[in-house]
Amino acid sequence: MDSGTLSGIATVVCLATFIGIVWWAYSKDNRQRFEEDGKLPFADDDVPAK
Amino acid sequence: MEATTYNYKVVRQFAIMTVVWGIVGMLVGVILAALLIWPELTYGIEWLSYGRLRPLHTNAVIFAFGGSGLFAVSYYIVQRTCQVRLWAEGLAAFTFWGWMAVIVLAAVTLPMGFTSSKEYAELEWPIDILITLVWVAYALVFFGTIAKRKTKHIYVSNWFFGAYILTIAILHIVNNMEIPIAFFGGSMLKSYSAYAGVQDAMVQWWYGHNAVGFFLTTAFLGMMYYFIPKQAGRPIYSYRLSVVHFWSLNFIYMWAGPHHLQYTALPDWAQSLGMVFSLMLLAPSWGGMMNGIMTLSGAWHKLRTDPILKFLVTALSFYGMSTFEGPMMAIKTVNALSHYTEWTVGHVHSGALGWVAMITIGSMYYLIPRLFGRESMFSTKLIEWHFWLSTIGVVLYIASMWIAGVAQGLMWRASNADGTLTYSFAQVLNTMYPFYGIRLLGGTLFLSGMLMMAYNVWRTVRIGRVVNDAAIPQAVHA
Repeated sequence: MDSGTLSGIATVVCLATFIGIVWWAYSKDNRQRFEEDGKLPFADDDVPAK
Repeated sequence: MEATTYNYKVVRQFAIMTVVWGIVGMLVGVILAALLIWPELTYGIEWLSYGRLRPLHTNAVIFAFGGSGLFAVSYYIVQRTCQVRLWAEGLAAFTFWGWMAVIVLAAVTLPMGFTSSKEYAELEWPIDILITLVWVAYALVFFGTIAKRKTKHIYVSNWFFGAYILTIAILHIVNNMEIPIAFFGGSMLKSYSAYAGVQDAMVQWWYGHNAVGFFLTTAFLGMMYYFIPKQAGRPIYSYRLSVVHFWSLNFIYMWAGPHHLQYTALPDWAQSLGMVFSLMLLAPSWGGMMNGIMTLSGAWHKLRTDPILKFLVTALSFYGMSTFEGPMMAIKTVNALSHYTEWTVGHVHSGALGWVAMITIGSMYYLIPRLFGRESMFSTKLIEWHFWLSTIGVVLYIASMWIAGVAQGLMWRASNADGTLTYSFAQVLNTMYPFYGIRLLGGTLFLSGMLMMAYNVWRTVRIGRVVNDAAIPQAVHA
């Protein structure tokens, strides 16, 4: 296989992976989950105790 | 026994050193700006000459100031969002003392003239080995802490820090493949790159651009994704966008390096590839910027009264500006004008002062009081002053360099009907003087803001107490 074919395959694989990630991030099933994950910095109180 | 408190000690050490190295690095920058106007300023002392001080400035601001800031926030954020104490605390302490040793060694060897001559990778091979050891320890501490986390999810900031730690390790090792001439009976402090010619140039700018991409962008975005929500008091605008932001940035950044080598011996296809990937970078960059700024929707009024938030949001605005400017400058025809001129210097400082320094300063103003048992800094008024000094300083800096750069580019390329150059080099240099003056003023304003910060931090530390008992929440919700 020459390098041109190889880079063609790599480009397609990368693009497909990326589209997969976008689809995963924006799928309806994960909506709730990501909203919860975004609240993680607020799970603990970082104001120092007096 | 399971730890019940967070390790704040190493965070505190790095946070304080961030302020110290910020002042040192920016002071050297101001001296350099003055040297360009008055070349005899340092009385011809070779250790203080422009060529020796310039790498000291870049290394100090990027790796000493920026690096210390990143160590501090990544150790803080990874503990708080994983709700566990740092893993391997001995190694974490080693990263602090090791990193400080690297900085001191840089401050000694660079003015002495020891350099591998690669931009942002000037340090010679014994120091490179020490950097590698510190970095491996850093990776172990960081990923070890993530591995033992008590939360189910790994917060997005940690993804950005993880990508930064991993990529910088690869970049540092590959670009610093060098052969010490000591092997052949030469000096212990001189080496030559393992690569030759255009390959060497490409490896260097693959490194150089990704140092910008993963050190100065990705890592500081990790900072942004934690401190903007915290200071604004609301979660990030779209967490899902942050996921896409992370992956798109990682997929694209790696390939943009060749734009530093437009119109060189680099093959034409590689130059075009670098240009196209640089243009594509606009999408994730602006997506991330909008995500940060929109976090404030419904809380815009806080901007009026909260100087910390002003720092963070202004940083994002400069991030947006420089990530628009960058892709534009990567376009070959624009690059033909802008490359090697002051415009590049202006672009770099719009990113380095506007984005990196301002997001770091804002984050430190949030972090430092909490590390010293206080709810806020000693003086909020001084933060406000610092904010305005920095903003005016950056604007003066980049505006003067834009004008200087475009004028320089146009004068260099101007030619007479018979093909000779219209302007001599000295004539162009002469045109630069007023702009060098404005740049010096802008840099001085920015530095004086940092001195105010140092005073504010010192007073905060004095009235505060060292916090070593910040409790890890025990009841963890999945």
